[in-house]
Amino acid sequence: MGKVLMKGNEAIAQAAISAGCEGFFGYPITPQNEVPEYMSKYLAKSGGVFVQAESEIAAINMVYGAAAAGARVMTSSSSPGIALKQEGISYCAGAQLPIVIVSVSRGGPGLGSILPSQGDYNQATRGGGNGDYRVIVLAPNGVQEATDMVRHAFRLADTYRIPVMVMADGIIGQMMEPVEIDTTPIPKAANLWAATGKGNRDHLNVVNSMHLDSVELEDHNILLNNKYLEIVKNEVEYEKFLSDDADVLIVAYGTPSRIVKSAIKTLREEGIKAGLFRPKTLVPYPYDALHEASKNVKFVLCAELSMGQMLVDVKLAVNGIVPVHFYGRTGGIIFEPSEIVNAVKSHLGGK
Amino acid sequence: MKGRVIFNEDTCKGCGLCVNACPMKILALDLTRVNKIGYTPAHCFDMDKCIACTNCALMCPDSCITVERLDV
Amino acid sequence: MTVIFKKTKGLTDKPLTYCPGCTHGIIHRLVAEVLEELNVLDRSILIASVGCSVMSYDFFNCDSIQAAHGRAPAVATGVKRVRPDSIVFTYQGDGDLASIGTGEIVQAAHRGENITVIFVNNAIYGMTGGQMAPTTLPGQITTTSPYGRDVKTQGEPIKVSELMATIPGTYYVERVMTADPVSVRKAKTAIKKAFQNQVDGKGFSMVEVLSSCNIGWGLNPVDSLKYIKEDMASYFPLGVYKDKGKI
Repeated sequence: MGKVLMKGNEAIAQAAISAGCEGFFGYPITPQNEVPEYMSKYLAKSGGVFVQAESEIAAINMVYGAAAAGARVMTSSSSPGIALKQEGISYCAGAQLPIVIVSVSRGGPGLGSILPSQGDYNQATRGGGNGDYRVIVLAPNGVQEATDMVRHAFRLADTYRIPVMVMADGIIGQMMEPVEIDTTPIPKAANLWAATGKGNRDHLNVVNSMHLDSVELEDHNILLNNKYLEIVKNEVEYEKFLSDDADVLIVAYGTPSRIVKSAIKTLREEGIKAGLFRPKTLVPYPYDALHEASKNVKFVLCAELSMGQMLVDVKLAVNGIVPVHFYGRTGGIIFEPSEIVNAVKSHLGGK
Repeated sequence: MKGRVIFNEDTCKGCGLCVNACPMKILALDLTRVNKIGYTPAHCFDMDKCIACTNCALMCPDSCITVERLDV
Repeated sequence: MTVIFKKTKGLTDKPLTYCPGCTHGIIHRLVAEVLEELNVLDRSILIASVGCSVMSYDFFNCDSIQAAHGRAPAVATGVKRVRPDSIVFTYQGDGDLASIGTGEIVQAAHRGENITVIFVNNAIYGMTGGQMAPTTLPGQITTTSPYGRDVKTQGEPIKVSELMATIPGTYYVERVMTADPVSVRKAKTAIKKAFQNQVDGKGFSMVEVLSSCNIGWGLNPVDSLKYIKEDMASYFPLGVYKDKGKI
């Protein structure tokens, strides 16, 4: 296909189509509107179905139904909309449905703003749905990686029968970058459990998240957790940039990590050996790798477009072996490289 | 005798809707015993009068009743 | 002797979990008989809801999907859109459909989804212990209207069939009841029509069935039937509210 210049949201939608997405159910909310718009224009042409639902709640439940019936489906939304989807995400996790959710996050709380933010880290990684469950969360740093991760999300969803969220900040959704979308077909799981109509099967398929028997429900929760442990073992992904000899390790994810890279280059020019650690999977979080990477540094700086949400995971990873500092901006304000440079310098003691 | 009703006693919950629906008034709950699931099951005490109308079966919420019609 | 009535193959062997005398069982049977008679059990998908019928997926002899409270019409939409050849139906109570799920049912109808909705109205939240429902009658005593439903503060009961009939997307809407053998026969005719419409690709069909909750109402099973007939049916009149096939 070669590289083309595409807006992030549209590239995300095209990547989903290339991954064999059979159904998209969504509701308008800024800054992710180009995803449903693109889907409404092109998904049917590749044999999929597009439904504009009456709400985010309905959309995630349509996803639940279509996935339960064995189709490869997705939804997309933004922060307040993802909040509304939490009930359905819990049901999908409970019923072990392979679904993909794209979250193009904006400022909050409440209506917040339509500007980019990372204030939904907790929403994505901890979730607001009830019960003992996890969803896989992938965090791309640009349009190219967003498309790769959307495709990977469908793969992971199928492999583990689990909801997978691609958490693209609003910057990715709205910016244009050159992108090459992989068009390799992604084989679909057989989904023998799906409620497709009994047909010639000798048993009924029931897709359900209810287990009234206490032993049965505990067994189910253990099964879900074992699956999560398997994911932790196999699917952790992160990027390290100039971190091997670093005295200062900056941890950032998503597009802000690219700003941090600029800051690191400036710091290095000034003789300060800084490096980047970037989690690409927020769930499962690269705790062990980050712990290793922080062993020989003076301190860790966590930089986010929030008041400090990933910070908790960074502290868990570092586990007290070196100090962990924080720098964040919110409200749609994106920190500049100089802000990160200054933050590092101030913690180094005004050097 | 025009017909016969057969009760699956094991699933009868003794609600009495069949008794109420029977136009011939030949059904009753057997209050002298309880079934497997602890209810006093319905039974027919005068099958000769059964007209095979199926009213009892139509009103049974638990699908306990089979109705047969005498072939003539 | 010829068997003229026996338990339908549309139901599984699992004993129903409903209270003795609860007419959910009758409605289950009617739906199951219709699926068997239309020969669509093998391609039917039940969308179970939340309420007393939460475990209905155990009772119907077809594939099932359990939905969150009120969301069954959205779930059904997802299923039907990706499997248009399936016979997709929701089985929802009044708390589910007429309260928490009003948005989903109204919008699914507006879209004219080719699904069948079985709406069981027993004027109460049975599963949770007899609380006031959107359909609870004026003056009716429930555990959250202990002095009787006061329409000044607790509102008037919602008339779902009347509401649904105003929606351009609905093809067929009828209200029936399970008060006696005659009305049960009529209920089955309506349910059969609602499924036949889907088989024929006609569009959204809903049958509202006035049903009993003798435990929640504090009545015995037989008096509950009288309550359906005399009290419920006078507030919720029976009849065909919409039938595009007859225009």
